[in-house]
Amino acid sequence: MVLKPEDILRIAREEAERQRSYRYRINVCCSSGCLPFGALQVLKAFEEAIKEFGLQGECRVSRTGCVGTCSVGPVVLIEPGGYLYQNVTPENAREIVKSHIVSGKPVKELLYANEAFFKKQLRLVLRNAGKIDPLKIEDYIAAGGYSALIKCLTKMTPKEVIDEVIASGLRGRGGAGFPTGQKWNFVAREKNTPKYVVANLDEGDPGVFANRTLAEADPHAIIEGMAIAAYAVGAEKGYIYVRAEYPLAVQTLREALKQARSMNLMGKNILETQFSFDIELRLGAGAFVAGEETGILASIEGRRAMPRPRPPYPATSGLWGKPTLIQNVETLANVPLIILNGGSWFAKIGTPKCTGTKCFSLTGKVNNPGLIEVPMGITLREVVFEIGGGVPSGRRFKAVLVGGPSGGCLPESLLDLSIDYESLTKAGAIMGSGGIVVIDDESCMVDTAWFFTDFCVDESCGKCVPCRVGLLKMRNILERIMKGEGRLEDLDILSELGEYVRDVSLCGLGQTAPNPVLTTLRYFRDEYITHIFDKRCPAGKCFRSQVSMKEAP
Amino acid sequence: MSGAGTVKLKINGVEVTAYEGETILEAAKRAGIRIPTLCYLDGLSNYGSCRLCIVEIKGSPKLFPSCTTPVSNGMEVITDSERLRKYRKMTVELLLSEKPHVCAVCVANGNCELQDLAKEFGVDHLRFDREWTRQKIDLTHDFLVIDNNRCILCTRCVRVCDEIEGVHVLDIKARGKDSQIIVDMDEDWGSSRSCTSCRKCARVCPVGAIYVRDKPISETKDKDIAQFIISRRRR
Repeated sequence: MVLKPEDILRIAREEAERQRSYRYRINVCCSSGCLPFGALQVLKAFEEAIKEFGLQGECRVSRTGCVGTCSVGPVVLIEPGGYLYQNVTPENAREIVKSHIVSGKPVKELLYANEAFFKKQLRLVLRNAGKIDPLKIEDYIAAGGYSALIKCLTKMTPKEVIDEVIASGLRGRGGAGFPTGQKWNFVAREKNTPKYVVANLDEGDPGVFANRTLAEADPHAIIEGMAIAAYAVGAEKGYIYVRAEYPLAVQTLREALKQARSMNLMGKNILETQFSFDIELRLGAGAFVAGEETGILASIEGRRAMPRPRPPYPATSGLWGKPTLIQNVETLANVPLIILNGGSWFAKIGTPKCTGTKCFSLTGKVNNPGLIEVPMGITLREVVFEIGGGVPSGRRFKAVLVGGPSGGCLPESLLDLSIDYESLTKAGAIMGSGGIVVIDDESCMVDTAWFFTDFCVDESCGKCVPCRVGLLKMRNILERIMKGEGRLEDLDILSELGEYVRDVSLCGLGQTAPNPVLTTLRYFRDEYITHIFDKRCPAGKCFRSQVSMKEAP
Repeated sequence: MSGAGTVKLKINGVEVTAYEGETILEAAKRAGIRIPTLCYLDGLSNYGSCRLCIVEIKGSPKLFPSCTTPVSNGMEVITDSERLRKYRKMTVELLLSEKPHVCAVCVANGNCELQDLAKEFGVDHLRFDREWTRQKIDLTHDFLVIDNNRCILCTRCVRVCDEIEGVHVLDIKARGKDSQIIVDMDEDWGSSRSCTSCRKCARVCPVGAIYVRDKPISETKDKDIAQFIISRRRR
């Protein structure tokens, strides 16, 4: 089937019309958060109930991606009206159809009650999450999808596309926050061909799932973003590097690519234009370091995922020595919006230096955990206490770990910190892959620092000495302190080692891995002192485990 | 050396002319400035893992490995400072505490690059607890021995075997603290079908991890072998 740009726009119109003809749209979240709680059975129950009441022509039941409220799954979103039902069982399904659809009375006791969760959010990247069926390309097209690509291919030169991205101020969401447009410029001006575009979908951090969720909920946004990037820099081939532990994301992306190809949106001479581009999926074997850009490139080439020193940067010498644009999937999903609404529209969101929104995986000791998207510059307090609803079951807030296992533990006094790259770095944390873990007063900060250091010790690739040995020694010192065998000079050695590992390590993982230790030493030093001098754990964690260790045969 | 293809930079305040594309380490070497190295070996690809050759570049708070950072015009490099010395000493201390390195019972005693660096940086004791877990020593080859208890994972042996001898017998298994040099698919060296017994690995090993049995190590070590072979090939 050979399609032209106007065909896609026609499909969008027709599909949107068809969707408007439904009186109700029942969207059942079937992403990784809701599936284990029986989302597929709920989906089936809705389909059966619709049949039972003879509403097939009036209602559309579809599987969708994540709405964000992962702790109360399975969730069902009924449009129009945006009614969100939580903890839905197959039995509830019939009740909801009978009361809500047939009689027009929503089942109040099953509705999601935490209005605050959505109030402060701004869902741009996640605009379609939970609203469209990720396995139906027509849904994405009806929601305005691929019109940004069409606009680029028919009305804009590659340079104009890059200028628009530069004007937007979009920065890389992978953690370092490098200006995206500038990166595109670097690749675009390289003469060496072929060029490649790589989308990084390798999240290895505990408690981080934003990119996975995005791929499960809206795969075409990533694909469209990649195609626009490829057009801008002059690439004909792209790779999406996905963790193999993300089977649903892999399946969704695979299906999405197939559909995009069948609609002439991928492959040779896309939509009858001069532009050709195709994407291949590459599965990662699941190593933390395989999320580092040079590590990914090595893995795609079929080698051991180990980082290499830069320069040369991937923009000049990436895959097989060719210029390569490598971007986080969240960054790419922002691109279609920037093209459609203009860079200056995007630049108005967030802060002047950090524009746009950021997705966070909000987890830990918080009432409303889940996937959130907030404008840059929002404070940590708003995220933890307003969106997150604070700490549950009467415990007190103690700290918040921002940026995943190599992020920083920030205390209550820093809760009014604005979330942007510079403020976080100054406080000792990082944006990282967007993990926010709330820690309550039941947790011991030494134990917390140990937990994340232990993770990084396990995940260190072992190439450079600071990360391989330095982190190991840091973990061993923490263990000694937790056993009540710490010495005061250990604290100096810990900070000295931490600074050394941060400054000397080869790649970003080693450079950020000491953050939990360095920030807990900075903000929670008294807890370390109590462990060392009083041989006591203020939270009652460490020595209890020591006793059980001793009692174990 | 002037005109096209060259750049001017300052190393420790001294103006140096270098070829474009050259690394800071190479430029410094030609200018007679020594930067300590361990994983680097002239003639092999640059790996950048030991972090001993880190230098400061004026205008950047970051540290740069001189073996992989290319020179650029107007660059001001500092190869020796209190911070760099402190960090280099830390690297040597960490390497010594990672494995049971006991110089007195090591074949390489007196001919060991790690030992030399420990002397240079004044490592007289270790602040970190040492690792005493023993790993198996592979004595199955006719005369080559690999003792992972002494390995510092610089991968000079891996690279010389792959890039100079061209057989790639050696590689690393596992990751992080469990990384280990292996022969073929983690087999005994004696049963290896790919090893040509060329001894290049023993010649370039900076410590006592790979050596030729019953031979004085001063005779079997030759860290310039890779450069030697490459210059011979060019002739």
